Amino acid sequence: MIEVRDLSKHFGSTVAVDHLTFSVRPGLVTGFLGPNGSGKSTTMRMILGLDHPSKGTTTVNGRPYDAIRRPLHEVGALLDAKAMHGGRSAYNHLLCVAQSNGISRRRVGECLDLVGLDTVGRKRARTYSLGMGQRLGIATALLGDPEVLMFDEPINGLDPEGILWIRTLLRSLASQGRTVFVSSHLMSEMALTADHLVVIGRGRLIADSSTTDLIARSSQGYVHVRTPDVEVLATRLRAAGAVVDTAGDTMRVTGLECAAVGELAALDHIVLHELTPRSASLEEAFMELTKDSVDFRTDATAAIGRAS
Amino acid sequence: MTVIATAASESTNTYPPRTIGLTNVVRSEWTKLRTVRSTYWTAVAAVLATIGIAVLGSTQYVRNFRPGDLEGFDAANFVLQGLYVAQIALGALGVLTITGEYATGMIRTTLTAVPQRRVVIALKGLVYLVAMVIVGEILSFTTFGIGQAILHAKHAGVSLSDPGVLRVVIGGGLYLTSVGLLAFALGTLVRRTAGALASFFGVLFLPSALIDLLPSSWRADAIKFAPANAGTQILNTNRVHDMLGPWQGLGMLTLYGLVILLGALYLLGRRDA
Repeated sequence: MIEVRDLSKHFGSTVAVDHLTFSVRPGLVTGFLGPNGSGKSTTMRMILGLDHPSKGTTTVNGRPYDAIRRPLHEVGALLDAKAMHGGRSAYNHLLCVAQSNGISRRRVGECLDLVGLDTVGRKRARTYSLGMGQRLGIATALLGDPEVLMFDEPINGLDPEGILWIRTLLRSLASQGRTVFVSSHLMSEMALTADHLVVIGRGRLIADSSTTDLIARSSQGYVHVRTPDVEVLATRLRAAGAVVDTAGDTMRVTGLECAAVGELAALDHIVLHELTPRSASLEEAFMELTKDSVDFRTDATAAIGRAS
Repeated sequence: MTVIATAASESTNTYPPRTIGLTNVVRSEWTKLRTVRSTYWTAVAAVLATIGIAVLGSTQYVRNFRPGDLEGFDAANFVLQGLYVAQIALGALGVLTITGEYATGMIRTTLTAVPQRRVVIALKGLVYLVAMVIVGEILSFTTFGIGQAILHAKHAGVSLSDPGVLRVVIGGGLYLTSVGLLAFALGTLVRRTAGALASFFGVLFLPSALIDLLPSSWRADAIKFAPANAGTQILNTNRVHDMLGPWQGLGMLTLYGLVILLGALYLLGRRDA
């Protein structure tokens, strides 16, 4: 159980995290979703006591992080794959971390096996690929067999096999009743992995709901219409309660079913060249959800947003 | 929800004591120190430099020896000149011990495993300093032995039982440790390797370069209390006029390191890691 209460973090005049409140429950994979720079990492760092909140509190299992004795037994975290000394072997890296919390050498070996690094455990971490580095970071998080696990962008830079491995691992950790909190900026990935989603943008909470609800709510379908009589039909559809965006001879209609649009057009004898039901992709839904809170939008992404 | 509320309020009242397994942390920090190559490189560099300079210097001295040379010759100090090189290598190790964690990101893993920041960093320093005392004393005694053996050819050597000599040789290891404390403290304060190394060399060497710029009335004190000048008095068999005494001087150097370390530990708890 992770609880975040009214959490804020300012860096000078920049507000990184803005009055954030949510909880992460056991037995589920909770996705922490937001565009780059939305405050995900900062929030996770505050939960781990690495950054001091400007305001608000975070607790893990009911206690502030720094009140936990031998925290590796309660919380395992992967903040970034490079949080280790490249000159140390994987085995020695895990050993020194394990020793600080009184964890045995046997467990170090087990964790190397668990992430599939047992054959390269004596090589220096500097020689590892990004994927191997992520695996070593995950082994570090698992050392104390903790109830609560936090992973910051664990699939970044991984190949499909690595992504599948992490997805399976996250699901199995949650099915063992653990609290699993995993951040990502990829909605499509989270849709496959997470049971619950906490969505933030510009440090503010945008959504906190189950993945299925969020998808159902935000990836609302629309009807794509092409007609020579855009003006007339748009007026007619709006009168019927639809939301209509027009562009040239096409329009995007939400709030009315395909059939209803066709019937309304027939009433006025409007010719339709195209009438297609469409459903928004998850990425579109996510962009829609966070469009007001993206820090660095380029013209290209803005254009993609419009084109959809 | 009631379950959650109860759990939260119970634990609010019963925070477990903030006990930390100190031996666990010490064991962990020792593993860190012995499992990176820079530890061995810097130790080997320090040993080679100190013994090498003692051998070369003593051999030269013996070869060019004239009877009058013995006047005012400090044989114990003479063979330990290499410690001035060793202090650079071992001080760099002290800086890297802590800045290496910041540079690699390991510090986040360290502080997540042991959230009691000041304790874990203080123990990291302690482990490094204990290693420094041991390496420093072995190095100092070994170098002294080798150097004196060479000087004995011209009966220019001294023995540990001569007045002040044992203090100089023990002081050699302690001086390195005290310099190490200064290096570790600056590393903890500055956090970046380049900046910390620069400030370490600055504190050690800059005062003597800047002394001429000071008003003349301050110069005597500035010379006396400059960290390196103060600390190296322990390496003189006979007390030097106008300088601090051997133990006073070493204490002064240690005090500089301690003050910087305490300041750094204070900031450590307040800064974001």
